Amino acid sequence: MAAYPRPVEFTGTEAYLTNPALEAAVRCSLVLEKPLLVRGEPGTGKTLLAEAVAKALDMPLITWHVKSTTRAQEGLYHYDTVQRLYDSRFGDHDVRDIREYIHMGALGRAFQSPERVVLLIDEIDKADIEFPNDLLHELDRMRFTVMETGDEVAAAHRPVVIITSNAEKELPDAFLRRCIFHYIDFPDRELMARIVDVHHPGLDRDLLDQALSAFFAVRGMDRIRKPPSTSELVDWIAMLQTAGVDSVDLDNAPFLGTLLKKEQDMEAFFNRTSRRF
Amino acid sequence: MGPFFLGLLYRLREQDVAVGVTEALALSAALKAGAHDDTVRGFYYAARATLIHHEGHLDAFDRAFLAEYGDLDWDTSLTEQLREWLDEQNVRLSENAQEAPDLAELLEMFAQRKREQQERHDGGPYWIGTGGKSQLGQGGYAESGLSTGSSGGGRAAIRIADMRSYRPYRSDVTLDIRQMEVALRRLRAFVREGAQVELDIEATIDETARNAGEIEVVVRPPSKPNTHVILMIDVGGSMFPYSKLMSQLFSATKKATHFKELRTYYFHNCVYGKVYGTDRFTEPTWVHDLLRECGPHYKLIMVGDAYMAPYELGQAGPWSATDATRVPGIEWLRILTDHFSDSVWLNPEPLSRWEGTTIEEVGRVFEMFPLTTEGLTEAMAHLNKGTPARR
Repeated sequence: MAAYPRPVEFTGTEAYLTNPALEAAVRCSLVLEKPLLVRGEPGTGKTLLAEAVAKALDMPLITWHVKSTTRAQEGLYHYDTVQRLYDSRFGDHDVRDIREYIHMGALGRAFQSPERVVLLIDEIDKADIEFPNDLLHELDRMRFTVMETGDEVAAAHRPVVIITSNAEKELPDAFLRRCIFHYIDFPDRELMARIVDVHHPGLDRDLLDQALSAFFAVRGMDRIRKPPSTSELVDWIAMLQTAGVDSVDLDNAPFLGTLLKKEQDMEAFFNRTSRRF
Repeated sequence: MGPFFLGLLYRLREQDVAVGVTEALALSAALKAGAHDDTVRGFYYAARATLIHHEGHLDAFDRAFLAEYGDLDWDTSLTEQLREWLDEQNVRLSENAQEAPDLAELLEMFAQRKREQQERHDGGPYWIGTGGKSQLGQGGYAESGLSTGSSGGGRAAIRIADMRSYRPYRSDVTLDIRQMEVALRRLRAFVREGAQVELDIEATIDETARNAGEIEVVVRPPSKPNTHVILMIDVGGSMFPYSKLMSQLFSATKKATHFKELRTYYFHNCVYGKVYGTDRFTEPTWVHDLLRECGPHYKLIMVGDAYMAPYELGQAGPWSATDATRVPGIEWLRILTDHFSDSVWLNPEPLSRWEGTTIEEVGRVFEMFPLTTEGLTEAMAHLNKGTPARR
């Protein structure tokens, strides 16, 4: 039986609140050394989780922001042919050493790191549909070969891999099977109050209460296409505070644009108002 | 004797959640490493994190967990509870009394005992004094160590799992869209056009070498998707049973980012002169106008059951009295296949129903494929056949 490292406790940080489900998922990911796939609505703190884990475990964080054009190869390494070509022409560099022109990507840097790191692969669903599959092998074996040199880059310490994905897009089964899965629920009122507290300590209780009521009422409206999330609420409350507003309700909600970012949603909101009268 | 949690795995499989060896090994390793903190709560979360890979399956997990372990106490030690319970059942824990059985062993015994209990419950008197399955979660056991859902004061596993808070995420729909997306990917084709902003490394090296080492940079336009697709969907009454499948296909097509252009039109049973921009038959477009706008390089995908009364195919549409052409339905279909060099018809009706109906007739005009994942894949391959590969 393989020996597993002792479970490392992750119980959140001062700024990042967790719950037993999330802690258990992080624990499983740590002891099994499998990537942790975090899904959930936008604004539920998926990305922040990686930062919090890195901070709590006192490990460096390496982030790989995935875009629609990102290819798996970019995460491993990049061979800068252009620079080499340039140097060969004007060069004060020794262009014979190809290694000078191999630059590690996020995955490569995580593998090469002398200490265990947290690797965040952020918004993996943004890339091409096959992208996650292209990473399977490297994430499984935690090593890859640089084709140009034949060098093998192997992880001295398997990085703690945290992958985030929006709930909207499906990921390949083969990829999912290799991950520990956690779905971040949208915070309930109680947790939301604690989250706001972290960002705005000492906020007036009544204002918090009213803001939360308005916020959850807006979220509950059927016709809102893009319901506001945590970050919008935090921004909104900041606005309210700055402007010295001391009471809000649905009919008297200044800076609504902070909560509702779509024109149709604004319209839907005001139609609700007009319908009531 | 296998791992104790096999029951949980099989209950998940009963609900079409594909868990297998990978998941079993992961959970087993997690428990060995103590990731569950020796509480039922911890076990619930650890099992959920390792066995489930999609929020659409969380509800199935809650149901499976309830059925398997619903009567365990949530916050107390898993090992202790099992030991006491088994002790109560007069199960001999170990040959050697000093040798404490490990958790896996305990849970296995628990599961085995429960199975027996469930099986023999109908026999009644076997479990005299302790009641059967129905009593297990209630009353009597609470005093003897295994406190239960109803007596635990809201701390039992059953309370959390029983909230079934993930029910809204049960989206059996979305699970298959991916397969469709992958099939649609076969329609990928790229062309290099636009500004020359990409460095062509091979050509640059080649030219530089020819130039005796003087750098000769060769640039080229970036490669862009070059597939134009027209999707025509039948929203006739007979298509109603397939509305879920249709919406799946529709969202998969909408999500496909590798099309340069995607046009969607709707028709009712058969195409007669006009197709519509919405499924409520507004925004009409004349087929002739459409053909003028869209060259033969557009790939046409028809989706429908092609099942109609024979006269609908053989006769002209109802509006045709005012139209000079008086073209019957089947002819309109021929006009479409003649215009577009690549076209297919996807049919949700099972193959067995194709013969001897209008489906057969439409199938003579259009290359027809069943609307299944395999059918879709074949259809996409067929759409690519005619076009010479452009890279």
